[in-house]
Amino acid sequence: MSLFLLSLAAFAGAALCCLSLAVLRPTRQRARLANLLGVLGASAGSAVGLWAILSTPFATPLEVTLPFGLPVGACTLSIDPLGRLFLLPVFVLGALTAVKGAFSLAHELTSHNLAVHWFFFLMLLLGMSLVMAANDTVLFLLSWEIMSLAPFFLIDFHDSEKQVRDASWIYLTAAHLGAVFLLALFVLLWQKTGTTTISSPETISIISGFSPELRSLLFVLALLGFGAKAGLAPMHVWLPEAHPAAPSHVSALLSGAMINAGLYGILRVTSILSLRSTPESWWGWTLLVLGLATALTGIFKALAQSNLKRLLAYSSVENMGIMLMGAGVGLIGYTTKNFWMTTFGFAACLYHMLNHAAFKGLLFLGAGEVLHATGTVNMAYLGGLHKKMPLLGLLFAVGAASIASLPPFNGFVSEYLLALALLDAPRLVGSEQQVGVLLSLVGLGVISGFALALYVKAYGIPFLGTPRSGFSRTVHAPTPLSLWPLVLLALLCLLLSLAAARIFPHLAGAVSSSFPPPHTWDVASLLQDATNGLSTICLTSLGLIFLSLLFLLFRSILLRGKKQEVRGTWSCGYQESSPRIQYTDAGFTEPSARFLKTLMGVTATVRLDNDIFPKESHLSVSAPPRLIRLFYTPLFQGIETVCNALKIMQHGKIHIYILYILVTLCVLLIWGVY
Amino acid sequence: MSQPLLHALHFVLALLLSPLLFGIINRVKAKVAGRHGKPLLQTYFDLIKLLRKGCVRSDCTTPVFTLAPCIQISATVLALYFLPLGGVASPAGFAGDFLLVSYLLAAGRFVIMLAALDTGSSFEGMGASREATFSAFAEPVLFLAMIVLTSFYMDLGHSEAYAFSLGTLFGGQSALAWLNGKLELLFIPPVFFLLLLVENSRIPVDDPTTHLELTMIHEVMILDHSGPDLALILYASTVKLWFFASLIASLFIPPMQIWQESLLWLLLIFLLAVILGLLESSMARLRLHRVPALIGAAGMMAALALILSQMR
Repeated sequence: MSLFLLSLAAFAGAALCCLSLAVLRPTRQRARLANLLGVLGASAGSAVGLWAILSTPFATPLEVTLPFGLPVGACTLSIDPLGRLFLLPVFVLGALTAVKGAFSLAHELTSHNLAVHWFFFLMLLLGMSLVMAANDTVLFLLSWEIMSLAPFFLIDFHDSEKQVRDASWIYLTAAHLGAVFLLALFVLLWQKTGTTTISSPETISIISGFSPELRSLLFVLALLGFGAKAGLAPMHVWLPEAHPAAPSHVSALLSGAMINAGLYGILRVTSILSLRSTPESWWGWTLLVLGLATALTGIFKALAQSNLKRLLAYSSVENMGIMLMGAGVGLIGYTTKNFWMTTFGFAACLYHMLNHAAFKGLLFLGAGEVLHATGTVNMAYLGGLHKKMPLLGLLFAVGAASIASLPPFNGFVSEYLLALALLDAPRLVGSEQQVGVLLSLVGLGVISGFALALYVKAYGIPFLGTPRSGFSRTVHAPTPLSLWPLVLLALLCLLLSLAAARIFPHLAGAVSSSFPPPHTWDVASLLQDATNGLSTICLTSLGLIFLSLLFLLFRSILLRGKKQEVRGTWSCGYQESSPRIQYTDAGFTEPSARFLKTLMGVTATVRLDNDIFPKESHLSVSAPPRLIRLFYTPLFQGIETVCNALKIMQHGKIHIYILYILVTLCVLLIWGVY
Repeated sequence: MSQPLLHALHFVLALLLSPLLFGIINRVKAKVAGRHGKPLLQTYFDLIKLLRKGCVRSDCTTPVFTLAPCIQISATVLALYFLPLGGVASPAGFAGDFLLVSYLLAAGRFVIMLAALDTGSSFEGMGASREATFSAFAEPVLFLAMIVLTSFYMDLGHSEAYAFSLGTLFGGQSALAWLNGKLELLFIPPVFFLLLLVENSRIPVDDPTTHLELTMIHEVMILDHSGPDLALILYASTVKLWFFASLIASLFIPPMQIWQESLLWLLLIFLLAVILGLLESSMARLRLHRVPALIGAAGMMAALALILSQMR
């Protein structure tokens, strides 16, 4: 535990150094120093933190109460297996995105005050680590605020652009509206239990005595508050705005590690509400249905995007949905005392969380490289990047295959676990429940089918073919040395698949520590079934790689000494071809957009010149965020109108304000007397 | 003979005989049209010819283009290995192996679509776009059909590890079940038949023999492949056809003597090829926007089977 505190101290210390640099006049040297300090602090802290959570046995909880407390509550930190799992992406992505960030910020030494950026980056890391470890209501809320505020300043990096400023405001609004529900949740919990400790045997036994209505209220508050962070539909609107606006290393960290905090909160609160008492049966169903809705919203909107980073952001929404589906089916299993469903559901949720951190980190960093190399992430302008940057192309392809859940990569393992949990539906009582869970497996089929199409597009359109415009003709290729964080993440994608049989028991352990099984459940035989399947998957993955190499060898032996020509692509006999005849991103998804018009919300405007000799004509395809336009904008405008109406009371006349004070005092006096 | 050895034998048999299916389909189509037609072994001749040729590669392609056929054939062959073949369960089977199999096939599609986009040709992009859309529609239907079978075995009170594996779902029990009156299971073979048409790009979903690239899906994606690469792709598509035909055939093979099972298996697969030939001679390709309706019909049938089996 002292190692973990050391890592927190490293984040805090480096952040303080950056802060002191930030107040000085920015110069080139100071910016370079800040860049160095930031990456050193982040990677040293992360390395120590990683050592802290991996060096001790996974199942042992670590606990410490610092002697210097907060004004209210105690400074209690405790790391249980669940916390450990959620800390892994924080530290791994924290270090890797910091390194990548330092490489890319080295080009912006003079244009921005980098010390400020690094201060907030380190604060974000500190906040996230504290959130996963805090075992005290007040400490948790404090670290949650640190974690929620820091990204505002990180997203706002290119603050000279209006779009970026708007995006960071949308982020801030979403983060704070979520925090309101959390405040209510924790105050209520504090009031009813009489202690600020979140989870201890005493609080658990008090909570198990709550009425079902109160526990359901707490669950709903947690779902709203943490759901806003996790990007639960329809509260996901901030993700596709914030991620494209932020620098890519920040988007990678936010998407791979920070939104997990929302999921962590949901799991934690559900766990303390379900320990020693049965959870209400509708909780699990709510999570499952909301998860499915979130995932479907995410995938269909992602399919409609042409901005690579916005596409990845919507895909994060989709992946959060998959994780919530896992949590939902796990909770349904726990409620109905179904061990198979509980273990596989929650384990799928946790495994997908780890996987998502690996591949989404990789993809966002890759998109950042594309942006840096070409100056745009609009896929309609890109093309042929694989040829210019082979290593980046390969890494992005690995990320795309992983997230499309294709063997031999890791995305497949978590979808497999989730499907196993959902398949167990016939064990539930009542055919409507059985059919409900089974149909959500069909939903998973829809999601994974379209995820395949999505990532063929996300990799194929920008990286393959020929350049579609001047953007990808003049490319500043990254040096292979600066790509090593991406290489590590790609290796992690492969490793998380090949070592699945080793990792699963730890996940099952984490599940049974948060949702403890009754003694009657046969743990050993379930683990046996799971390991059996996972090791066959691992062997098949290796077999796929090996067999492909064998066929490649076979092909090259066959071709030895034969004529191998390189010619232009066959274009129906026409000799002069143009890169503009290639399929664009919008063209690629046109069939889907036609069949799923209402779901994807793609609008195309065509302006044709109908003269005898046609001149220029225009076609633009876009997928505007309908939810913001049709729901949130009217909502907030309504609130603004109401607030403006209240300005009657605020007119700047001192004597009337004094009258308000007098009236308030009188009312309070009368209230106090009676 | 032991089970794994028998399975291996059937596996080799499947790999050897799969190109014959195209021959049968073509011969049936020729006979219906009143022609004599190509030799039955034409696909073998084509494969050998292609393997002996050199290759032409487009100047805008990357290693993705060369790797794709190798990965696709590996994934397809591995997927076939997990199927019960000729009534013998695969020794590699495990709970939920049908997911691995369907994602292996998806991996094959993924690389071929990427190879198509790699050539920078508008035709191949078009093919990739259509393949991506239609396979996305087909995926949930495949899941639904599998779910009907798994929940059938779960309702019989079997353990998860037993009920979720392909060896059970396509072992002899399913055929016995519908023979014994579980008639809702008879909805499943037509569903797989429609999936076969979609996944293997057969008429009425796709017409591999049309003269116009604009109307094709699978064939248009591989326009630029040649020589051994094309041979691998062609062979992979025959194996894939065998895969789906074997899935359907397995649903009709009740537990019997092992030689009877193998014989019935081969007969049923060849019969399916004949049916495909007859179907292809009797109807034209659907318009592209009607294809989702076809997949939807398959999905409806599977959903009906699920509801009927849950009602019991």
